[in-house]
Amino acid sequence: MINIGYYPGCALHGSSNDYEKSVRSSLFHLGVSLNEIDDWICCGASGAHMINKKLGTALPLRNLAIAERDGVKELLAPCPLCSMELLKAKQKIAADESLRKEMSDVVELPLNGTCDVLNLVQIFQKVGFNKIIEQATVKLDNFKPACYYGCLMVRPPRIVQFDDPEHPSSMETLLTGLGAEPVEWNYKTECCGAGLTLADGATVERLVGKILKNAKDHGANCMVAACPMCIVNLDMKQSATEKRLGETLNLPVYSLSDLVGIALGLSKKELAIDKHFVKA
Amino acid sequence: MTSSKTLSPDAMRVEELAHTHVADCYQCGKCSAGCPMADQMDVIPSGIMRLVQIGDVDQAAKTSAVWQCLACQTCSTRCPKSVLVADVLDSLKQIAVEKNIVHPKVRRTMIFQKTFINTVCRNGRLNELELTGFFKMFGFFNDYSILKLMADGNLALPMILRNKLHFKPGSPVKDKAVVRRIFEKCMK
Repeated sequence: MINIGYYPGCALHGSSNDYEKSVRSSLFHLGVSLNEIDDWICCGASGAHMINKKLGTALPLRNLAIAERDGVKELLAPCPLCSMELLKAKQKIAADESLRKEMSDVVELPLNGTCDVLNLVQIFQKVGFNKIIEQATVKLDNFKPACYYGCLMVRPPRIVQFDDPEHPSSMETLLTGLGAEPVEWNYKTECCGAGLTLADGATVERLVGKILKNAKDHGANCMVAACPMCIVNLDMKQSATEKRLGETLNLPVYSLSDLVGIALGLSKKELAIDKHFVKA
Repeated sequence: MTSSKTLSPDAMRVEELAHTHVADCYQCGKCSAGCPMADQMDVIPSGIMRLVQIGDVDQAAKTSAVWQCLACQTCSTRCPKSVLVADVLDSLKQIAVEKNIVHPKVRRTMIFQKTFINTVCRNGRLNELELTGFFKMFGFFNDYSILKLMADGNLALPMILRNKLHFKPGSPVKDKAVVRRIFEKCMK
Protein backbone atom coordinates (compact mmCIF):
# COMPACT_ATOMS: atom_id res chain seq x y z
CA MET A 1 0.00 0.00 0.00
CA ILE A 2 1.34 3.41 -1.01
CA ASN A 3 -0.06 6.40 0.87
CA ILE A 4 0.21 9.66 -0.98
CA GLY A 5 -1.16 13.20 -0.69
CA TYR A 6 -3.54 14.25 -3.42
CA TYR A 7 -4.09 17.66 -5.00
CA PRO A 8 -6.88 17.24 -7.57
CA GLY A 9 -6.91 20.83 -8.81
CA CYS A 10 -10.00 22.60 -10.14
CA ALA A 11 -10.29 20.81 -13.49
CA LEU A 12 -10.53 17.32 -11.97
CA HIS A 13 -13.35 18.47 -9.70
CA GLY A 14 -15.00 20.25 -12.63
CA SER A 15 -15.44 19.21 -16.25
CA SER A 16 -12.52 16.73 -16.13
CA ASN A 17 -14.27 14.58 -13.51
CA ASP A 18 -13.97 11.61 -15.92
CA TYR A 19 -10.17 11.96 -15.75
CA GLU A 20 -10.35 12.00 -11.96
CA LYS A 21 -12.50 8.87 -11.86
CA SER A 22 -10.02 7.10 -14.12
CA VAL A 23 -6.99 8.19 -12.04
CA ARG A 24 -8.70 7.10 -8.82
CA SER A 25 -9.87 3.73 -10.18
CA SER A 26 -6.57 2.68 -11.69
CA LEU A 27 -4.50 3.81 -8.70
CA PHE A 28 -6.88 2.18 -6.22
CA HIS A 29 -6.49 -1.05 -8.14
CA LEU A 30 -2.70 -0.72 -7.81
CA GLY A 31 -2.92 -0.24 -4.04
CA VAL A 32 -2.30 3.50 -3.99
CA SER A 33 -4.29 5.36 -1.38
CA LEU A 34 -4.96 9.02 -2.25
CA ASN A 35 -5.39 11.40 0.67
CA GLU A 36 -6.88 14.64 -0.62
CA ILE A 37 -5.34 17.58 1.21
CA ASP A 38 -7.70 19.60 3.38
CA ASP A 39 -9.29 22.75 2.00
CA TRP A 40 -6.94 23.11 -0.98
CA ILE A 41 -7.34 26.14 -3.23
CA CYS A 42 -6.73 26.85 -6.94
CA CYS A 43 -3.04 26.98 -7.93
CA GLY A 44 -3.76 30.12 -9.98
CA ALA A 45 -3.32 28.26 -13.29
CA SER A 46 -2.21 30.49 -16.19
CA GLY A 47 -4.19 33.52 -15.06
CA ALA A 48 -2.38 34.30 -11.82
CA HIS A 49 1.16 34.46 -13.19
CA MET A 50 -0.03 36.53 -16.16
CA ILE A 51 -1.90 39.13 -14.11
CA ASN A 52 0.27 39.26 -10.98
CA LYS A 53 3.54 37.36 -10.51
CA LYS A 54 3.36 37.45 -6.72
CA LEU A 55 -0.12 35.92 -6.72
CA GLY A 56 1.12 33.24 -9.12
CA THR A 57 3.67 32.23 -6.47
CA ALA A 58 1.43 32.59 -3.40
CA LEU A 59 -1.52 30.44 -4.52
CA PRO A 60 0.47 27.24 -5.13
CA LEU A 61 2.45 27.83 -1.93
CA ARG A 62 -0.72 27.93 0.19
CA ASN A 63 -1.38 24.35 -0.99
CA LEU A 64 2.17 23.17 -0.33
CA ALA A 65 1.95 24.72 3.14
CA ILE A 66 -1.31 22.87 3.85
CA ALA A 67 0.30 19.61 2.69
CA GLU A 68 3.38 20.23 4.88
CA ARG A 69 1.22 21.08 7.89
CA ASP A 70 -0.59 17.76 7.49
CA GLY A 71 2.66 15.82 7.22
CA VAL A 72 2.39 15.03 3.51
CA LYS A 73 5.78 14.13 2.02
CA GLU A 74 4.62 13.52 -1.55
CA LEU A 75 1.74 15.13 -3.37
CA LEU A 76 0.17 13.79 -6.56
CA ALA A 77 -1.10 16.52 -8.89
CA PRO A 78 -2.50 14.78 -12.02
CA CYS A 79 -2.78 18.13 -13.81
CA PRO A 80 0.69 19.08 -15.17
CA LEU A 81 -0.16 22.79 -14.95
CA CYS A 82 -0.86 22.40 -11.22
CA SER A 83 2.22 20.25 -10.63
CA MET A 84 4.48 22.64 -12.55
CA GLU A 85 3.10 25.68 -10.69
CA LEU A 86 3.58 23.91 -7.34
CA LEU A 87 7.16 22.95 -8.24
CA LYS A 88 7.98 26.42 -9.60
CA ALA A 89 6.81 28.12 -6.40
CA LYS A 90 8.69 25.58 -4.28
CA GLN A 91 11.87 26.23 -6.25
CA LYS A 92 11.47 30.01 -5.88
CA ILE A 93 11.35 29.90 -2.08
CA ALA A 94 14.18 27.35 -1.89
CA ALA A 95 16.45 29.82 -3.70
CA ASP A 96 15.38 32.94 -1.80
CA GLU A 97 15.17 32.94 2.00
CA SER A 98 13.56 36.38 2.28
CA LEU A 99 10.90 35.38 -0.25
CA ARG A 100 10.23 32.22 1.78
CA LYS A 101 9.58 34.29 4.88
CA GLU A 102 7.47 36.82 3.00
CA MET A 103 5.40 34.08 1.38
CA SER A 104 4.91 32.32 4.67
CA ASP A 105 3.29 35.55 5.94
CA VAL A 106 1.19 35.86 2.80
CA VAL A 107 -0.18 32.28 2.92
CA GLU A 108 -0.48 32.39 6.75
CA LEU A 109 1.26 29.04 7.30
CA PRO A 110 4.88 27.95 7.82
CA LEU A 111 6.73 27.05 4.62
CA ASN A 112 9.75 24.77 4.61
CA GLY A 113 9.56 23.27 1.14
CA THR A 114 9.59 19.67 2.34
CA CYS A 115 6.78 18.32 0.18
CA ASP A 116 7.55 16.74 -3.23
CA VAL A 117 5.16 16.92 -6.16
CA LEU A 118 4.48 14.09 -8.62
CA ASN A 119 2.67 14.02 -11.98
CA LEU A 120 0.58 11.04 -13.12
CA VAL A 121 3.41 9.25 -14.92
CA GLN A 122 5.62 9.62 -11.86
CA ILE A 123 3.09 7.94 -9.57
CA PHE A 124 2.98 5.00 -11.98
CA GLN A 125 6.80 4.99 -11.91
CA LYS A 126 6.64 4.96 -8.12
CA VAL A 127 4.34 1.93 -8.17
CA GLY A 128 6.80 0.45 -10.65
CA PHE A 129 6.19 -0.11 -14.38
CA ASN A 130 7.21 -3.76 -13.97
CA LYS A 131 4.73 -4.29 -11.16
CA ILE A 132 1.94 -2.78 -13.25
CA ILE A 133 2.89 -4.98 -16.21
CA GLU A 134 2.92 -8.06 -13.93
CA GLN A 135 -0.55 -7.22 -12.59
CA ALA A 136 -2.04 -6.60 -16.03
CA THR A 137 -4.65 -9.13 -17.17
CA VAL A 138 -5.62 -7.63 -20.53
CA LYS A 139 -3.06 -7.16 -23.31
CA LEU A 140 -3.45 -3.77 -25.02
CA ASP A 141 -3.61 -5.39 -28.48
CA ASN A 142 -4.88 -3.17 -31.29
CA PHE A 143 -3.93 0.02 -29.42
CA LYS A 144 -1.61 2.19 -31.50
CA PRO A 145 -1.52 5.33 -29.36
CA ALA A 146 0.24 8.58 -30.09
CA CYS A 147 1.62 9.47 -26.64
CA TYR A 148 1.04 13.17 -26.16
CA TYR A 149 2.94 14.92 -23.35
CA GLY A 150 1.97 18.49 -24.15
CA CYS A 151 3.88 21.36 -22.58
CA LEU A 152 4.16 21.46 -18.85
CA MET A 153 4.73 17.81 -18.06
CA VAL A 154 8.24 18.18 -19.54
CA ARG A 155 8.74 21.95 -19.61
CA PRO A 156 10.42 23.98 -18.28
CA PRO A 157 12.97 21.19 -17.62
CA ARG A 158 14.79 23.23 -14.93
CA ILE A 159 11.56 23.10 -12.91
CA VAL A 160 9.82 19.81 -13.67
CA GLN A 161 12.97 17.71 -14.20
CA PHE A 162 10.99 14.95 -15.83
CA ASP A 163 11.87 12.82 -18.87
CA ASP A 164 13.41 14.38 -22.00
CA PRO A 165 11.91 17.83 -22.76
CA GLU A 166 12.17 17.36 -26.54
CA HIS A 167 11.67 13.62 -26.94
CA PRO A 168 10.03 12.08 -23.87
CA SER A 169 9.38 8.33 -23.85
CA SER A 170 8.15 7.27 -20.39
CA MET A 171 4.52 6.74 -21.45
CA GLU A 172 5.72 4.70 -24.45
CA THR A 173 7.82 2.49 -22.14
CA LEU A 174 4.84 1.68 -19.92
CA LEU A 175 2.36 1.17 -22.76
CA THR A 176 4.72 -1.01 -24.79
CA GLY A 177 5.11 -3.17 -21.70
CA LEU A 178 1.33 -3.48 -21.55
CA GLY A 179 1.18 -4.73 -25.14
CA ALA A 180 0.31 -1.52 -27.00
CA GLU A 181 2.20 -0.30 -30.05
CA PRO A 182 2.87 3.44 -29.56
CA VAL A 183 3.71 5.26 -32.80
CA GLU A 184 6.67 7.54 -33.46
CA TRP A 185 5.42 11.01 -34.38
CA ASN A 186 6.40 14.69 -34.35
CA TYR A 187 4.12 16.61 -32.00
CA LYS A 188 4.55 14.88 -28.63
CA THR A 189 5.37 18.16 -26.91
CA GLU A 190 3.58 20.75 -29.08
CA CYS A 191 1.06 22.97 -27.29
CA CYS A 192 -2.68 22.28 -27.76
CA GLY A 193 -3.71 25.79 -26.71
CA ALA A 194 -4.29 24.69 -23.12
CA GLY A 195 -6.61 26.99 -21.17
CA LEU A 196 -7.62 29.07 -24.19
CA THR A 197 -10.43 26.61 -25.03
CA LEU A 198 -13.08 29.17 -24.11
CA ALA A 199 -11.22 32.43 -24.79
CA ASP A 200 -9.85 31.63 -28.26
CA GLY A 201 -11.47 28.52 -29.72
CA ALA A 202 -10.07 29.16 -33.22
CA THR A 203 -6.49 28.96 -31.96
CA VAL A 204 -7.16 25.76 -30.03
CA GLU A 205 -8.80 24.13 -33.06
CA ARG A 206 -5.88 25.12 -35.30
CA LEU A 207 -3.30 23.65 -32.89
CA VAL A 208 -5.36 20.53 -32.10
CA GLY A 209 -5.79 20.00 -35.85
CA LYS A 210 -2.01 19.97 -36.40
CA ILE A 211 -1.47 17.56 -33.52
CA LEU A 212 -4.22 15.07 -34.39
CA LYS A 213 -3.43 15.09 -38.11
CA ASN A 214 0.23 14.35 -37.46
CA ALA A 215 -0.68 11.52 -35.10
CA LYS A 216 -3.04 10.02 -37.66
CA ASP A 217 -0.50 10.41 -40.49
CA HIS A 218 1.95 8.36 -38.41
CA GLY A 219 -0.49 5.49 -37.98
CA ALA A 220 -1.98 6.22 -34.56
CA ASN A 221 -5.48 4.86 -33.89
CA CYS A 222 -5.90 6.74 -30.60
CA MET A 223 -4.34 9.46 -28.44
CA VAL A 224 -3.08 9.12 -24.89
CA ALA A 225 -2.33 12.05 -22.58
CA ALA A 226 -1.88 12.74 -18.87
CA CYS A 227 -3.26 16.28 -18.64
CA PRO A 228 -6.89 17.38 -18.19
CA MET A 229 -6.48 20.39 -20.51
CA CYS A 230 -4.86 18.33 -23.30
CA ILE A 231 -7.58 15.70 -22.99
CA VAL A 232 -10.42 18.26 -23.15
CA ASN A 233 -8.93 20.00 -26.17
CA LEU A 234 -8.15 16.81 -28.11
CA ASP A 235 -11.44 15.10 -27.20
CA MET A 236 -14.18 17.72 -26.74
CA LYS A 237 -12.81 20.00 -29.46
CA GLN A 238 -12.20 17.19 -31.97
CA SER A 239 -15.48 17.54 -33.83
CA ALA A 240 -15.07 21.33 -34.23
CA THR A 241 -11.49 20.67 -35.37
CA GLU A 242 -12.69 18.13 -37.94
CA LYS A 243 -15.09 20.75 -39.35
CA ARG A 244 -12.29 23.29 -39.59
CA LEU A 245 -9.98 20.80 -41.35
CA GLY A 246 -12.75 19.39 -43.53
CA GLU A 247 -11.74 15.82 -42.76
CA THR A 248 -12.61 13.04 -40.35
CA LEU A 249 -10.05 12.16 -37.67
CA ASN A 250 -11.99 9.91 -35.31
CA LEU A 251 -9.17 9.41 -32.81
CA PRO A 252 -10.41 8.33 -29.35
CA VAL A 253 -8.57 10.21 -26.59
CA TYR A 254 -7.50 8.24 -23.52
CA SER A 255 -5.79 9.32 -20.35
CA LEU A 256 -2.78 7.24 -19.37
CA SER A 257 -4.80 5.99 -16.41
CA ASP A 258 -7.52 4.78 -18.84
CA LEU A 259 -5.09 2.52 -20.69
CA VAL A 260 -3.46 1.29 -17.48
CA GLY A 261 -6.96 0.62 -16.11
CA ILE A 262 -8.03 -1.31 -19.22
CA ALA A 263 -4.88 -3.43 -18.94
CA LEU A 264 -5.71 -4.10 -15.28
CA GLY A 265 -9.12 -5.40 -16.35
CA LEU A 266 -11.23 -2.42 -15.28
CA SER A 267 -14.40 -1.62 -17.23
CA LYS A 268 -14.98 1.45 -19.40
CA LYS A 269 -17.56 2.61 -16.88
CA GLU A 270 -15.16 2.29 -13.93
CA LEU A 271 -12.71 4.44 -15.89
CA ALA A 272 -15.42 6.88 -17.09
CA ILE A 273 -14.42 6.20 -20.69
CA ASP A 274 -18.17 6.25 -21.45
CA LYS A 275 -18.08 10.00 -20.69
CA HIS A 276 -15.61 10.81 -23.48
CA PHE A 277 -16.78 12.77 -26.52
CA VAL A 278 -15.06 10.75 -29.27
CA LYS A 279 -16.49 7.27 -28.96
CA ALA A 280 -13.84 4.88 -27.68
CA MET B 1 23.06 41.83 -12.88
CA THR B 2 25.97 43.46 -14.72
CA SER B 3 23.99 43.40 -17.93
CA SER B 4 21.22 45.51 -16.37
CA LYS B 5 23.34 48.66 -16.12
CA THR B 6 22.67 49.66 -19.70
CA LEU B 7 18.93 48.95 -19.51
CA SER B 8 16.12 51.48 -19.18
CA PRO B 9 14.10 51.54 -15.91
CA ASP B 10 11.14 49.92 -17.72
CA ALA B 11 13.32 47.10 -19.00
CA MET B 12 14.74 46.61 -15.51
CA ARG B 13 11.17 46.19 -14.21
CA VAL B 14 10.72 43.41 -16.80
CA GLU B 15 13.92 41.75 -15.60
CA GLU B 16 12.77 42.00 -12.00
CA LEU B 17 9.38 40.43 -12.74
CA ALA B 18 10.77 37.76 -15.08
CA HIS B 19 13.94 36.96 -13.08
CA THR B 20 16.06 36.90 -16.23
CA HIS B 21 18.66 38.98 -18.11
CA VAL B 22 17.18 40.39 -21.30
CA ALA B 23 20.59 41.64 -22.50
CA ASP B 24 21.80 38.03 -22.73
CA CYS B 25 19.60 37.54 -25.81
CA TYR B 26 21.75 37.69 -28.97
CA GLN B 27 18.82 37.52 -31.36
CA CYS B 28 19.43 34.03 -32.76
CA GLY B 29 15.67 33.61 -33.28
CA LYS B 30 15.43 30.07 -31.90
CA CYS B 31 12.53 31.11 -29.64
CA SER B 32 10.55 32.36 -32.62
CA ALA B 33 11.42 29.29 -34.70
CA GLY B 34 9.83 26.94 -32.18
CA CYS B 35 6.89 29.13 -31.13
CA PRO B 36 3.56 27.51 -32.09
CA MET B 37 1.94 30.97 -32.30
CA ALA B 38 4.71 32.91 -34.14
CA ASP B 39 2.94 32.81 -37.51
CA GLN B 40 -0.08 34.55 -35.96
CA MET B 41 1.83 37.21 -34.01
CA ASP B 42 2.32 40.89 -34.92
CA VAL B 43 5.85 40.78 -33.45
CA ILE B 44 7.62 37.42 -33.01
CA PRO B 45 9.15 36.48 -29.60
CA SER B 46 12.73 37.43 -30.58
CA GLY B 47 11.37 40.80 -31.80
CA ILE B 48 9.69 41.33 -28.42
CA MET B 49 13.02 40.57 -26.74
CA ARG B 50 14.70 43.21 -28.93
CA LEU B 51 12.04 45.83 -28.08
CA VAL B 52 12.67 45.23 -24.37
CA GLN B 53 16.46 45.40 -24.87
CA ILE B 54 16.24 48.85 -26.50
CA GLY B 55 13.92 50.03 -23.72
CA ASP B 56 10.70 50.18 -25.75
CA VAL B 57 8.78 48.22 -23.13
CA ASP B 58 5.41 49.89 -23.78
CA GLN B 59 5.69 49.07 -27.48
CA ALA B 60 6.39 45.44 -26.54
CA ALA B 61 3.52 45.31 -24.02
CA LYS B 62 1.12 46.74 -26.62
CA THR B 63 1.63 43.89 -29.09
CA SER B 64 -1.06 41.27 -29.62
CA ALA B 65 1.78 38.73 -29.38
CA VAL B 66 2.15 38.91 -25.61
CA TRP B 67 -1.44 37.67 -25.16
CA GLN B 68 -1.24 35.20 -28.03
CA CYS B 69 1.60 33.54 -26.12
CA LEU B 70 0.30 30.27 -24.66
CA ALA B 71 2.97 30.09 -21.92
CA CYS B 72 3.96 26.69 -23.37
CA GLN B 73 7.61 27.35 -22.37
CA THR B 74 9.13 26.08 -25.63
CA CYS B 75 11.06 29.36 -26.11
CA SER B 76 12.59 29.40 -22.62
CA THR B 77 13.44 25.69 -22.86
CA ARG B 78 15.31 26.07 -26.17
CA CYS B 79 17.06 29.41 -25.58
CA PRO B 80 20.84 28.82 -25.92
CA LYS B 81 21.43 31.66 -23.42
CA SER B 82 18.82 30.40 -20.93
CA VAL B 83 16.80 33.61 -21.20
CA LEU B 84 13.32 33.06 -19.74
CA VAL B 85 11.51 34.37 -22.82
CA ALA B 86 8.09 33.10 -21.71
CA ASP B 87 8.48 34.89 -18.38
CA VAL B 88 9.43 38.09 -20.22
CA LEU B 89 6.19 37.83 -22.20
CA ASP B 90 4.31 37.10 -18.97
CA SER B 91 5.75 40.23 -17.35
CA LEU B 92 4.69 42.27 -20.36
CA LYS B 93 1.14 40.98 -19.88
CA GLN B 94 1.18 42.25 -16.31
CA ILE B 95 2.57 45.63 -17.45
CA ALA B 96 -0.03 45.88 -20.23
CA VAL B 97 -2.83 45.34 -17.70
CA GLU B 98 -1.35 47.84 -15.23
CA LYS B 99 -0.96 50.51 -17.92
CA ASN B 100 -4.19 49.60 -19.67
CA ILE B 101 -2.48 49.19 -23.05
CA VAL B 102 -3.72 45.72 -24.03
CA HIS B 103 -3.96 45.30 -27.83
CA PRO B 104 -7.71 45.40 -28.83
CA LYS B 105 -7.40 42.18 -30.87
CA VAL B 106 -6.50 40.14 -27.78
CA ARG B 107 -8.54 41.95 -25.12
CA ARG B 108 -10.81 38.90 -24.87
CA THR B 109 -7.91 36.72 -23.75
CA MET B 110 -6.98 39.27 -21.07
CA ILE B 111 -10.64 39.48 -19.98
CA PHE B 112 -10.71 35.68 -19.72
CA GLN B 113 -7.62 35.54 -17.50
CA LYS B 114 -8.89 38.37 -15.27
CA THR B 115 -12.33 36.78 -14.96
CA PHE B 116 -10.67 33.47 -14.06
CA ILE B 117 -8.63 35.09 -11.29
CA ASN B 118 -11.66 36.98 -9.93
CA THR B 119 -13.63 33.73 -9.77
CA VAL B 120 -10.82 32.13 -7.81
CA CYS B 121 -10.65 35.17 -5.48
CA ARG B 122 -14.36 34.85 -4.68
CA ASN B 123 -14.49 31.06 -4.31
CA GLY B 124 -11.00 29.80 -3.57
CA ARG B 125 -11.37 27.40 -6.48
CA LEU B 126 -12.52 27.72 -10.06
CA ASN B 127 -16.26 27.54 -10.63
CA GLU B 128 -16.43 26.76 -14.36
CA LEU B 129 -20.03 27.84 -14.87
CA GLU B 130 -19.44 31.14 -13.10
CA LEU B 131 -16.30 31.72 -15.19
CA THR B 132 -18.17 30.94 -18.41
CA GLY B 133 -21.09 33.23 -17.51
CA PHE B 134 -18.97 36.21 -16.52
CA PHE B 135 -16.52 35.73 -19.39
CA LYS B 136 -19.35 35.57 -21.93
CA MET B 137 -20.87 38.75 -20.45
CA PHE B 138 -17.66 40.81 -20.19
CA GLY B 139 -16.50 39.48 -23.57
CA PHE B 140 -19.77 40.59 -25.15
CA PHE B 141 -19.48 44.10 -23.73
CA ASN B 142 -15.96 44.23 -25.20
CA ASP B 143 -16.88 43.68 -28.86
CA TYR B 144 -20.68 43.07 -29.03
CA SER B 145 -20.08 39.90 -31.05
CA ILE B 146 -23.20 37.72 -30.95
CA LEU B 147 -21.22 35.01 -32.75
CA LYS B 148 -18.64 34.83 -29.94
CA LEU B 149 -21.39 35.01 -27.33
CA MET B 150 -22.98 31.90 -28.83
CA ALA B 151 -19.69 30.04 -29.50
CA ASP B 152 -19.42 26.59 -27.85
CA GLY B 153 -23.16 26.73 -27.00
CA ASN B 154 -23.50 23.40 -28.82
CA LEU B 155 -21.25 21.81 -26.17
CA ALA B 156 -23.55 22.67 -23.25
CA LEU B 157 -26.00 19.81 -23.69
CA PRO B 158 -23.38 17.09 -24.34
CA MET B 159 -21.53 18.32 -21.26
CA ILE B 160 -24.66 18.18 -19.11
CA LEU B 161 -25.39 14.66 -20.38
CA ARG B 162 -21.87 13.61 -19.34
CA ASN B 163 -22.32 15.18 -15.89
CA LYS B 164 -19.49 17.62 -16.65
CA LEU B 165 -21.32 20.85 -15.82
CA HIS B 166 -21.89 21.59 -12.18
CA PHE B 167 -24.70 23.97 -11.30
CA LYS B 168 -23.80 24.42 -7.64
CA PRO B 169 -22.76 28.04 -7.00
CA GLY B 170 -19.50 28.88 -5.24
CA SER B 171 -17.12 26.13 -4.15
CA PRO B 172 -16.59 23.75 -1.23
CA VAL B 173 -13.63 25.77 0.11
CA LYS B 174 -14.24 26.37 3.82
CA ASP B 175 -11.76 29.17 4.53
CA LYS B 176 -12.58 31.63 1.76
CA ALA B 177 -11.44 34.55 3.94
CA VAL B 178 -7.79 33.44 3.80
CA VAL B 179 -7.98 33.35 0.00
CA ARG B 180 -9.22 36.97 -0.07
CA ARG B 181 -6.42 38.00 2.28
CA ILE B 182 -3.80 36.32 0.04
CA PHE B 183 -5.20 38.22 -2.94
CA GLU B 184 -5.18 41.53 -1.03
CA LYS B 185 -1.58 41.06 0.11
CA CYS B 186 -0.39 40.23 -3.44
CA MET B 187 -2.37 42.76 -5.45
CA LYS B 188 -1.83 45.82 -3.23
